[in-house]
Amino acid sequence: MNPEELYQRLEKVAQASGYRLNPDKQFVLDLMEGLLTNQERYGYWACPCRLADGVREKDRDIICPCDYRDADLSEHGTCYCALYVSESVARGLKKPKPIPERRGQTPEPIT
Amino acid sequence: MTGKVKLYAISTCGWCKKAKNFLNENNIEFEFEDVDLLEGEEKERAREEVARHNPRKSYPTIIIDGEVVIVGFDADKLKEALGI
Repeated sequence: MNPEELYQRLEKVAQASGYRLNPDKQFVLDLMEGLLTNQERYGYWACPCRLADGVREKDRDIICPCDYRDADLSEHGTCYCALYVSESVARGLKKPKPIPERRGQTPEPIT
Repeated sequence: MTGKVKLYAISTCGWCKKAKNFLNENNIEFEFEDVDLLEGEEKERAREEVARHNPRKSYPTIIIDGEVVIVGFDADKLKEALGI
């Protein structure tokens, strides 16, 4: 699978489940490439913007979509990577900005 | 007025790429390490350096002159810190 194919696939899944991808397609394609790299490197979709441990059990919370996505979308309008964005960011009304790392800052999410 | 710029990045990270592009476009000399591509002791050393400056251990972490720490890619903060 190449980045464009993964993008098409994720966009469909996102739309069907009420999520939106970042409207900056090149930015998203770079992240797709990162996910594919991590799939090859670790065997799973470790978040491309975080330092993965390489052991699935330790990285479980940062496998995309990560456990922090919804909280970050609600609070900041994007997930940590800015792959997933809020409606207002998707419509270009608000620009995505880097957000603080939530991992390790709040109690472990219940999964 | 620009000092020594060190960028700790992750090779697959979109924000890290933006930071690298920004520094290149502004002709800022910088050193960078893609920490995910390091191994063993080198990786541990880089992780510790990041943690010392940025307790959230997130990337990109940019350190200017060993003291000004900018976490995440924020063009305005970088411009101010680099005096550009």
